[in-house]
Amino acid sequence: MKRDTVGKRLLSLTVNERTQQHAVADNALLLDVLRETLGLTGTKQGCDGGECGACTVLVDSQPQLACITLAASCEGRHIETIEHLSTHGRMSRLQQAFHEKLGTQCGFCTPGMIMAAEALLRRQSDPSEAQIREALAGNLCRCTGYVKIIESVQSAAGAGR
Amino acid sequence: MSTAHRTDPGDAALRGEPTPPRHTGAVGQRTPLIDGIEKVTGRARYTADLPFGQALVGRILRSPVAHGLIRGIDAAAARAMPGVRAVITGEDFAAPYGVIPIAQNEWPLARDRVRYRGEPVVAVAAIDEATAEAALRAIVLDIEPLPAYFSAAEARAEGALPLHEKKVGNIERQVEQDFGDVDAGFAAADLVLERHTAYAEVAHGQIELNAAVAAYEPEWGRLTTHSVTQVPYYLHLTLAQVLGMDASRIRVVKPFVGGGFGHRVEPLNFEMITAALARAAGGTVRTQLTREEGFLTHRGRPATDIRLKIGMKRTGEITAVDCEVVQRGGAYGGYGLVTILYAGALLHALYRLGAVRYRGFRVYANLPPCGAMRGHGAVDVRHAFESLLDEMAGELGLDPFALRRANLIGAPYRTLNDLQVNSYGIPACLAWAEKASGWKERRGKLPRGHGLGMACSHYVSGSAKPVHWSGEPHAVINLKLDFDGSITILTGASDIGQGSSTLLTQVVAEVLMLPMARIRVIATDSALTPKDNGSYSSRVSFMVGNAALRAAEELKRVLVTAASVRLQVTPEEIEWEGERCAVVGTDKSADFAQVVEAALAESGTLTVKGVWSTPPETQGGKFRGAAVGSTAGFSYAAQVVEVSVDEDTGAVKVEHVWAAHDCGFAINPLAVEGQVQGAVWMGMGQALSEETQYHEGLAIRPNMLDYRIPTIAESPPIDVHLVESLDPLGPFGAKEASEGALHGFPPALTNAICDAVGIRLGELPATPDRLLEAIHLRRREQRQQARRAAVASAAPAPALAAPASALDARASGQSMSAAASSEAAHVASGGRPVAPGGAR
Repeated sequence: MKRDTVGKRLLSLTVNERTQQHAVADNALLLDVLRETLGLTGTKQGCDGGECGACTVLVDSQPQLACITLAASCEGRHIETIEHLSTHGRMSRLQQAFHEKLGTQCGFCTPGMIMAAEALLRRQSDPSEAQIREALAGNLCRCTGYVKIIESVQSAAGAGR
Repeated sequence: MSTAHRTDPGDAALRGEPTPPRHTGAVGQRTPLIDGIEKVTGRARYTADLPFGQALVGRILRSPVAHGLIRGIDAAAARAMPGVRAVITGEDFAAPYGVIPIAQNEWPLARDRVRYRGEPVVAVAAIDEATAEAALRAIVLDIEPLPAYFSAAEARAEGALPLHEKKVGNIERQVEQDFGDVDAGFAAADLVLERHTAYAEVAHGQIELNAAVAAYEPEWGRLTTHSVTQVPYYLHLTLAQVLGMDASRIRVVKPFVGGGFGHRVEPLNFEMITAALARAAGGTVRTQLTREEGFLTHRGRPATDIRLKIGMKRTGEITAVDCEVVQRGGAYGGYGLVTILYAGALLHALYRLGAVRYRGFRVYANLPPCGAMRGHGAVDVRHAFESLLDEMAGELGLDPFALRRANLIGAPYRTLNDLQVNSYGIPACLAWAEKASGWKERRGKLPRGHGLGMACSHYVSGSAKPVHWSGEPHAVINLKLDFDGSITILTGASDIGQGSSTLLTQVVAEVLMLPMARIRVIATDSALTPKDNGSYSSRVSFMVGNAALRAAEELKRVLVTAASVRLQVTPEEIEWEGERCAVVGTDKSADFAQVVEAALAESGTLTVKGVWSTPPETQGGKFRGAAVGSTAGFSYAAQVVEVSVDEDTGAVKVEHVWAAHDCGFAINPLAVEGQVQGAVWMGMGQALSEETQYHEGLAIRPNMLDYRIPTIAESPPIDVHLVESLDPLGPFGAKEASEGALHGFPPALTNAICDAVGIRLGELPATPDRLLEAIHLRRREQRQQARRAAVASAAPAPALAAPASALDARASGQSMSAAASSEAAHVASGGRPVAPGGAR
């Protein structure tokens, strides 16, 4: 597709509680708008589309893969990225737990993993191990074997009790 | 869900081994990564995240042909396109490359000939992605196809066209090693078994996409490259070579890296292409490969065929080993000759072996080049070995643990192939795995379809001889102390998620008895940090840890001297406590700021150095290829895997893993556990589901859906137990922890499958389709056997022959054709190998 044949629109996007208008191509992916237009590089790309979960963000508190989401489809909805989880210099309880329990090694899958876990804890504050496994099944990690990821989510859930 | 344990502190003392001095306890503590907060908050910048403004976009045109002569490249239309700033081909490079100095036969962009589908041929830099892609589409390649070979057998066949000059039969490297009298060993054996196993090719699958950013300053003739490399030093050397540049004009920086596992040890073509584009365009070029291109860049574990024969006494003692390994290495040399040497070398150093014959063949084929992958060279051989031990234990009526214990070595030990073992924690690993898994109580008593399997493994803590033998120390650390009282560790060691920067901080904090917050790490920037040989062969904790230990001791010596001057006593009278020091037996003292002031008064900002090299006795023997496998310290591991097998679908579920790992000493037990769990789990992927696949050289699984790495849904609890054998050469006794546990998983798994359903596949991975086919085949055979038995009225089946006669038959070296296992109650044809299925 040639660039000049793609239409652009002025899109009002609410990202991390901040609403801004951006001129965005109709075919622009949410991932590219977050990373390139807004400079929010915490959201990662690990595959060619919908394979790995590294780009998971929250759209109205639901986990969504930013790499296969059209930015235009997010108008009027609240997008949250990993940068939104720590406020006033304090990590969220999931971030704290992933750090302390070594739920992160290389760290590349971590933002997506934490966002998927965040969505889980918002709808289920004390999930079972099976619920954790189900909620994170779309997020690949190549470092940890997932053991310490499960421990991290359990620890965060426990801290929120 | 998982538990972690360590051996009792008294264990080492009980074994009469030295206990290293411990000070503040910075080492040995469960320590979150010093860069962990950046990772969990999204602040960590990986190569693709770096802010380089409006960099040009690099894109690569790849060969659609598996093997062919390049007759022409018409890029005139692409060059003429507005917005295209550079178009380069193989002619734009000064020299070929290869990670092994004596085997350099690859060009960053193919010259004259392409040797695999997906090989880079032309590259462009343009103002944006759309322009770069349009430019690629405008390029016309004229490639005359040549015969192509997609299996080692095809490539080796008589009359096959060599991929590379002078490589008749497409053999890249042939290894012949004989240690001891192998024939006498087999003659002395009570049981000899031989098996053939085929292993699929697997890939690293690190989650971060490959990316590089290169900035060229034409005014200075200088290049700065940021890349995802595990070994910035190799990349630096290689960029100078392929670009024909003076190495001093190049700077290589490794930012955060999203996993390596060996994919990024070799310098990779896209890194050189990005740099060449930047130079051609006179600016900054950013390249991010697709996941598919990551699979084409490859450097994974080769498809491997192994024929293994072991001879054994009735007591289980191994009298002889005869092993032949054929690796399909892909189109270029890469690490190939090291991989094929590792496969033979690491037959040794785990057990006492009577005699060993090894034949290795590394074969070129028209597929993406293989390379180093976690457990380099030794994973498939360890599977073959531990599987055959398991089968032979069954034959001899020995427990698999007892069989291993019949072959233990004791440190210090010199192997037949001149490897040095200085510490050996296998006995403690076995003891824990056996007890924790409930092996004695549960094995053989689980319901049908459930099974337990075990295996041992080992790996090097760094290759004792670096690939580039420059005579320099193996590791160098600089410590900078400045007016503010901060200490900066300057290191070239690549933290790729394993936690090396954290470990180095712990070591320095321990020696200086200072809080870790006083210490920063600046790593992997060739303009700032000393050269390091990089993150491969599990060398960093051992080698760079030792250098850090020595650097910190040197800084402590300087500080103690300064304190003694300030307090007007001799250095021997200073009692060092880190933040404070005192004069022994007095109330005179100085705080750290005062000591720093005294230390800098004469010299100004201080930089001290620590270096470390492997002792010569650990560098292997004198025969050809002897350096590979040599190391200053072997890690050891034992694990038990529990599985359930669904005989209606062939699906295997891993229920639980108990992994004991002798890491010498756990400087950071939290990170060591993480490494062991990750290694075990990566072994699980290879054993159960992962394999690349090609159709006429076309990669048909180059994505994370078809290349099936395990998800969290099917990943088991992994209990880890750390055995601390306190290696005499390791820093604080530490050895590697990132690779050795991988090798044990695949055999422990397939041994467990055999325990569960009595089937031993002749190939890996044990995918549901393969297992189901084997189950169906066995059912057909059982039916045929039943029919034959009915015809011949009620004669006893050969499968029920007495064990003694079976032993006699096997002692003559024949392959087993029907099992006579003492555990054969539920194993009508147990131990019978299923012939390798799919053609590769």
